[in-house]
Amino acid sequence: MDSDLSPQDKKDLDKFIKFFALKTVQVIVQARLGEKVCTRSLSSPTGSDWFNLAIKDIPEVTHEAKKALSGQLPGIGRSMCVEISLKTSEGDSMELETWCLEMNEKCDKDIKVSYTVYNRLSLLLKSLLAITRVTPAYKLSRKQGHDYVILYRIYFGEVQLTGLGEGFQTVRVGVVGTPIGTITLSCAYRTNLAFMSTRQFERTAPIMGIIIDHFVERPFGNMGHMHPCNYRAPGEDEGAYNGVEDSQEVCTTSFSTSPPSQMGIPGKEGGVPQQVPVQPCHGAQAEHGRVSSCPPADHVPATPSSSGEDAETSSRSVEVKSVSPCDVLETTFTRKVGAFVNKPGTQVTTASLDLPFAAFAPRAYDLEENDPMVQPPESPATSSPLQGSLHSQGSGESGGPAQDDFVMVDFKPAFSKDDLLPMDLGTFYREFQNPPQLASLTIDVSSQSMAEDLDSLPEKLAVYEKNIDEFDAFVDTLQ
Amino acid sequence: MNCRSEALEVSVEGRQVDEAMLALLHTILLHRSTGKFHYKKEGTYSIGTVGTQDIDCDFIDFSFVRVSSDELDRAIRKAVGEFKDAMGNGTDGMGQISLEFYQKKKSRWPFSDECIPWEVWSIKVNVVNLANEQERQICREKVGEKLGEKVINIVEVINRHEYLPKMPTQSEVDNVFDTSLKDVQPYLYKINFQITDTLGTSVSTTMRRLIKDTLAL
Repeated sequence: MDSDLSPQDKKDLDKFIKFFALKTVQVIVQARLGEKVCTRSLSSPTGSDWFNLAIKDIPEVTHEAKKALSGQLPGIGRSMCVEISLKTSEGDSMELETWCLEMNEKCDKDIKVSYTVYNRLSLLLKSLLAITRVTPAYKLSRKQGHDYVILYRIYFGEVQLTGLGEGFQTVRVGVVGTPIGTITLSCAYRTNLAFMSTRQFERTAPIMGIIIDHFVERPFGNMGHMHPCNYRAPGEDEGAYNGVEDSQEVCTTSFSTSPPSQMGIPGKEGGVPQQVPVQPCHGAQAEHGRVSSCPPADHVPATPSSSGEDAETSSRSVEVKSVSPCDVLETTFTRKVGAFVNKPGTQVTTASLDLPFAAFAPRAYDLEENDPMVQPPESPATSSPLQGSLHSQGSGESGGPAQDDFVMVDFKPAFSKDDLLPMDLGTFYREFQNPPQLASLTIDVSSQSMAEDLDSLPEKLAVYEKNIDEFDAFVDTLQ
Repeated sequence: MNCRSEALEVSVEGRQVDEAMLALLHTILLHRSTGKFHYKKEGTYSIGTVGTQDIDCDFIDFSFVRVSSDELDRAIRKAVGEFKDAMGNGTDGMGQISLEFYQKKKSRWPFSDECIPWEVWSIKVNVVNLANEQERQICREKVGEKLGEKVINIVEVINRHEYLPKMPTQSEVDNVFDTSLKDVQPYLYKINFQITDTLGTSVSTTMRRLIKDTLAL
């Protein structure tokens, strides 16, 4: 196979393949740095820009690539792979994509090495530049920060795609035939990201409250063979809590085998440190699976099926507590005390809790105080028997239905916008969801009025008899 | 020689037309541009370096890579702007923008040089009107995904390594490449467009081009 190739061509081809492999790694890693890449065109060649493309060389990346290659070249049965994965500040990680530079046995003996192969490799690098912006990991990498980082790992040998989960997709970047084999560049990417939409990594208010124990300067610790594409210190405007909560929520969604628990009673760690209960999740709702920090030896991705709560003694940094929704309605309730908590549970009121949805709880409390259904106004004294019978008021006991339980979920009614109005559709809907029943329609009211009528009947009869002449005269006028 | 013809189709909202066209045209031109040629006396030549730049779209959840050349970008934006203007504002419509790579074949006087296309990319655009912000948000994402698919299609076609003009000698370089730009050298190209109004009648620019070519004598 190689006998047709001149020594110079063979030498050139090996050099092209080597530098192509190194530039491929640079393009992939730089595309996952989280920043826009910009290089200048130069009309005069510098002599150091391989494949006539301005691709910067990050020294650490080159070093890692050379280390992985260990003096070998990608060849038949020896593929060079760049694995991109995501790791959260809590230590959960997940493989996102694997880029493979492979060679198969199909040779193109007639092709000119120094010209055609070189130009086609240049074209392939341009295609790689375009495709690296199209796979789902690109958007994730643009949003990386202190919540999560994107890591890369270069390895040589057999392609490993098992960490990408089920249903991963493959996109072929391109092929270049050479006299010693056909170079193929492709990418296999995880599709489970579909539900981990990029919006989930934006800073939105969390549905579940999560306590942040502390923010570690270098939360990613020992990453083994993984290297950060770019770990940037947090400098965002919004609080760190939200971001980590989002990633935790996402990670739990992706890692636990059961749906996430509905709600919790969180408290900011700084605010009420001792009173926050450590409450195990209910049996029906599985615990959120979290993989403890990566084992040092190999990069072990967390698979979606992993579950089991690891008690991270270093920090109870992220915990989700779930209580039944009706607990929130009561004005006072006892905090459940979990294991290892020394302080006894205390009676607390909703007001003393630092609830994220405190707007709803106190409102419920206030409503109960002022709710006419619970404490109806006193029946006004009837001014005349006639009036009393026709306009009997006083609801007496509350006949209305008990207020519905609160559901501690940020209620967003369909088609409503988070508007600037002081009372948005959601608030309006909540407040008027259970209007008091009409007084005249309640059974109690009607029964009471009947009783009153019966009592007042003799008096009324007496009055009518007294005025019987008036009534007769009236009847006469009608005839 | 047969001209290779590739067709792409996208449906976008009115305000997304510019960015969608720029994304696709720049992706194609990235692959069809080289560095500037510098010919040496021995008949060999060296090639300049092509830089690249990430561009984020404002109205589409999409980013693309283009050649770092302001001149080239201006030329493409101008053509896309004309296309957008011809499409009209806000109304539904259909149009087609085509990017044609050609070679010039010198003819003797009085005949003008012949332009022989060797690759034509036709991008059909359907402009839709959306009723509310929710639909627009969905459209942002959907169009972003669609453009991603189109980029993959473009890359697939390009990597078939079908016909490309031979690398020209110094005297012939202007017949193959556009050497007017100072930093990069795309293959000779031209951008045309056709608008189909809502009634379905087509207003073609081909006649205009024919007349222009004839007048160029």
